[in-house]
Amino acid sequence: MFLDSHTHMVSRTTDDYERMASAGVVACIEPAFWLGQPRTNVGSYIDYLSLICGFERFRAGQFGLRHYCTVGLNPKEANNEELAEAVLEILPRYALKEGVVAIGELGYDEQTALEDKYFRAQLELAKELALPVMIHTPHRDKRQGTLRSMAVALEHKLDPSFVVIDHNNEETVREVLDRGFWAAFSIYPFTKMGNERMVEIVRTYGAERIFCDSACDWGVSDPLAVPKTAELMRRGGIAEEAIEKVTYGNPLAAYGKSGQIKEDDWLNPAPIDQRTLYMGNSVLRGGQTPKVGPAPASGSAALGDLKIV
Amino acid sequence: MTTPKRTSQELLASWVVARSSPAAADWFLGQLERLKTSPSEKDIYLALGYATRKLGKGDLDLKAEERAAASAARPAWDPSDWSIDQAARIAFVLASQTRDGAAFKARLETLFNTADVWELIAFYRGLPLYPNAVQHVARAREGTRSAMQPIFEAVAHRNPFPMEQFDENAWNHMVLKALFIGSKLAPILGLDERANPPLMRMLCDYAHERWAAQRPVSPELWRCVGPHADGAAVEDLARVLATGGRLERQAAALALAAARHPDAERHLRGVPDLHEAVRAQQVIWTDIARA
Repeated sequence: MFLDSHTHMVSRTTDDYERMASAGVVACIEPAFWLGQPRTNVGSYIDYLSLICGFERFRAGQFGLRHYCTVGLNPKEANNEELAEAVLEILPRYALKEGVVAIGELGYDEQTALEDKYFRAQLELAKELALPVMIHTPHRDKRQGTLRSMAVALEHKLDPSFVVIDHNNEETVREVLDRGFWAAFSIYPFTKMGNERMVEIVRTYGAERIFCDSACDWGVSDPLAVPKTAELMRRGGIAEEAIEKVTYGNPLAAYGKSGQIKEDDWLNPAPIDQRTLYMGNSVLRGGQTPKVGPAPASGSAALGDLKIV
Repeated sequence: MTTPKRTSQELLASWVVARSSPAAADWFLGQLERLKTSPSEKDIYLALGYATRKLGKGDLDLKAEERAAASAARPAWDPSDWSIDQAARIAFVLASQTRDGAAFKARLETLFNTADVWELIAFYRGLPLYPNAVQHVARAREGTRSAMQPIFEAVAHRNPFPMEQFDENAWNHMVLKALFIGSKLAPILGLDERANPPLMRMLCDYAHERWAAQRPVSPELWRCVGPHADGAAVEDLARVLATGGRLERQAAALALAAARHPDAERHLRGVPDLHEAVRAQQVIWTDIARA
């Protein structure tokens, strides 16, 4: 079983859902982010947030995946002050929706004053509601942006065990772990992290507070990145227990602090949920006892080319 | 001695309290009080948001006398499959009513527009309890357009709002859509009372479409065909009687028994066993829906 803790499923097809389900992905988390182009008004934000905690959640359920999301104003759009003010106003409407597991993606893009202002305001909201935070670390000036994100979170007295720093690489991981934060790695071709590098990260740093995700979205990305990385780790001789943590257990523990995501959601769904949202994972039908752990190696052929560079 | 009749709002509150721990009940009653006295928008959203966290999503599982109190408070109101948090959320929505009907309507629209799936189900189930029903028809129709079956069913099933407020076109499309998405007809309130000739025509056309595609036709479809069946519809029913499976033949016999068309009787006489079973009420629509 895998948990992909960073997916933009609104940009993906039903084929992707089917492939994820058959590769053993039981749940995914959809962080609120930008659309690839800037939103021009708060209404666009409202519809988007309603979509990721509404229809997309329902749609995933039809394919046997449980779907969760994070809500927040992303750092790129924090630079549109009028929009940002309006979004901050409506965020409390969404922060306690069912399946909202964190406030995010937050953080910095170009580290402007406005980005800083709205990052801090949202950290305060997360603290007030006792929700975890998902931090997007910038593509450019990454190391400084990462360090600054952590310093600001600590300045606002957030418990690092409630904060996930995402899109890490070899240059940021040590400092994230040293400060007690969760270190997530997006296995995303060309711009973020390759999965052979990921295997080396786990070999070097172990599996404590480390996990990987696909960050699959509207760009060239791979919704099977997590199962593929698990298989690559197995071939690289990483222990099963560590693979399980990096691809399932750790993101569940981190976002589970919201109280909105539990293993029972997919292993033992309440009948009332089956009536409404969730068609069940065919892998688990027929009274089988699901096994916690990576999909069997025999299934790896279906994953195609394992390497993501 | 008779107990004074209680309002739907009072009933909802009493059901939630009776099914909650003392701490959760205190929280619930505290929020209710707060919402009655000029709450901020944030107060409302946080109360609604915390409802599942504080009270859980267990079934209300109403006792017989509670169900009777419900229909006494609001005719045809059937909250028998509501959950505790849904009752609490509707209690919150009703508590936040203001004297200004337009302001309440606007707030309700905002709640609908920013709801998650579970909240949408609650808000749509609450439709028969909101003041000034006619204001909410467009919203109810929006619910029946949903691509999410549980949302559609929150309006269509065990909800008196559509039978009371929908015009014929809205009603007919709701019934047809129920069949189209594989939802049951039996839980739709007013199904027999609101059957009408145009719906009969739409349903027969739909059956022909399904037959042409060699797809199965729900036996429940014929329930709304029978009472207004014309000659062509009676021929369709005769076809089902001759070629259908067990449930389909039962449904066709029931529909023919409800038909006023002169040919209906003749076809029924051709199947004496079924005819008798229908007359003796051994074959009924709710059993067909359940099968």
